[in-house]
Amino acid sequence: MKRETLFRFNCRPYRQEIPIYGYRFGGTEKTLAIMGSTRGDEYQQMYVCALLVKRLKKLESEGRIPDGVGILIIPCAGQFSMNVGKRFWPMDNTDINRMFPGYSGGETTQRVAAALFETLKGYKYGIQMASFYLAGDFLPHVRIMDTGYQDPKQGEAFGLPYLMIRAPRSYDTTTLNYNWQLWETEAYSLYTNATDTIDEGSAYDATDAIIRFLYSHDLIQIDEADVPLGSPTKVLTRADLVNIHTKKGGIMRRLCMPGMDVEPGDELAQILDPYTAELRESIVSPVRGKVFFARKGQIMAEHEVAFRIIAEGEK
Amino acid sequence: MIQTVSKTELPVGEMLTIQKNRITGGKGEKGKRICIVTGTHGDELEGQYIAYRLASILQNNTDKLDGVVDIYPALNPLGVSTITRGLPQFDLDMNRVFPGTSGGSDYEYTAKQITKDLTGADLIIDLHASNIFLREMPQIRINEVSEEKLLPIAMDMNMDFIWIHANATVLEGTLAYSMNAIGVPTLVVEMGVGMRITKAYGEQVIHGIFKTMNKMGIWKDSVGPVAPPIVSRDGNVEFLNAGHSGIFIPRSAHASMVHKDQLIGEIADPLTGTVLEEVKSPVEGLLFTLREYPVVNEGSLLARILGGVD
Repeated sequence: MKRETLFRFNCRPYRQEIPIYGYRFGGTEKTLAIMGSTRGDEYQQMYVCALLVKRLKKLESEGRIPDGVGILIIPCAGQFSMNVGKRFWPMDNTDINRMFPGYSGGETTQRVAAALFETLKGYKYGIQMASFYLAGDFLPHVRIMDTGYQDPKQGEAFGLPYLMIRAPRSYDTTTLNYNWQLWETEAYSLYTNATDTIDEGSAYDATDAIIRFLYSHDLIQIDEADVPLGSPTKVLTRADLVNIHTKKGGIMRRLCMPGMDVEPGDELAQILDPYTAELRESIVSPVRGKVFFARKGQIMAEHEVAFRIIAEGEK
Repeated sequence: MIQTVSKTELPVGEMLTIQKNRITGGKGEKGKRICIVTGTHGDELEGQYIAYRLASILQNNTDKLDGVVDIYPALNPLGVSTITRGLPQFDLDMNRVFPGTSGGSDYEYTAKQITKDLTGADLIIDLHASNIFLREMPQIRINEVSEEKLLPIAMDMNMDFIWIHANATVLEGTLAYSMNAIGVPTLVVEMGVGMRITKAYGEQVIHGIFKTMNKMGIWKDSVGPVAPPIVSRDGNVEFLNAGHSGIFIPRSAHASMVHKDQLIGEIADPLTGTVLEEVKSPVEGLLFTLREYPVVNEGSLLARILGGVD
């Protein structure tokens, strides 16, 4: 393992210089790059990368990274935000993951994105540890943007139960994942069920998924028996998911968890009057399926996405 | 008449309501319709003054009105009320989610309701201020894909200049792009600075709105002439970004003509008492954007200069 300072962000005179580190394994080839947190609240994403650094360091010392393979892990590029408890760049509230491919002569976060992308582009595979803007729990899954360059079959190698193919919206075109694909990297976004908390189990599940990906692409040489067990992958598109919205505002009492199977009419949550605790709305599943996403929110407004269900059969 | 455009329930005893003020002339709701929208970014307040003044003038002169004027003072009322640029619940930019959808989140639903309400207008004027960091001269920004349709309309808006910029996919979620895409002409006005009201700029824009309404046949009273704007394209605009972090001290006046190599400002280090960088103009031209907020990071935008202007 070799730690490399990819670039330094100059924050003087009020903050000290911030180095952005990359951890390199194997050779100098651009085989796989893994990006951890770009936002200040992505503790889990950084932690997953840190665990991977630890595992790959051991694998490399055992000679299990074959010749011709080069792996780069950048655990964190969001220190300027993370150290002061902000999700986005604290000065102007911009999001590094909405600035790719970046512009080295542009504004601050454009420059950070440009410096990152200069390092990250050209890799055969790219994995970004991603987070969602809504506070909630997901079933762990891999996402690929439908740019026309993607290869869903390759994503099944993570051995996660779901792989979601998502049509990009206009605001997605400045994300790392989208730009990786435009530069011909096979890009994946890996979602665990935590962002601003450390979930040990989920973090180890994510590192296991990446180990499976490494193994299946011959990027590490380990005994098959040592490969963590995965599961068959079901490919999802937006059409497979049913969004369930709140119809009333109030306190949400959640009655289900991601992964639960539901039938039409099953109660998923209750919206209670915030003053009297009287029931204002019973949120029920309109379909048979599995809970894919469940909001964490303690209080909810009307028309918020409360759940996403993977529908089975006719929706 | 105050009308509700969108209404959703917040968690605890409050409604999120987007409202507009519909002002009509003697013929009621017949005739052309112009919409003045603002408050998409909660820290941009220049449009609040214009909304107030416009409503005040029009309501006292409905006999001179021959059409419909809809004024939407706050498309993001929670942002305006909490000094938050984006949507305070999600920390997202509202001007990236248009035209909205009813199948998405609550703010996408609100964006859809706004789009629905604006659809059918003959003209929309979308008023923005700059953010808190930069001061801007009054200007209209036109995406090059809409130039042919919008430029003739923009010429009557009494702006200092019109900036025709390149298209970018990420801008397709803006209100202006979405409305122009469905055939509703929408002009984007930028002026002043965030969290402040620049009264002179407001009056300048109001004059342009009346001139435009006059041309459309909505405002029957005569309106004095407007100054012809400078029309510019991306290639004429020079961006000056900070090469160092520190404190920016302007050395040239905003909205002034500058010559090549003129000192625009300095980036200083209060800890060491030294100048880290002298920021000079690369061209002769108009200093139309100037840094207002002193603390800068490496890369912060300090100024924009329109070259090739006499």
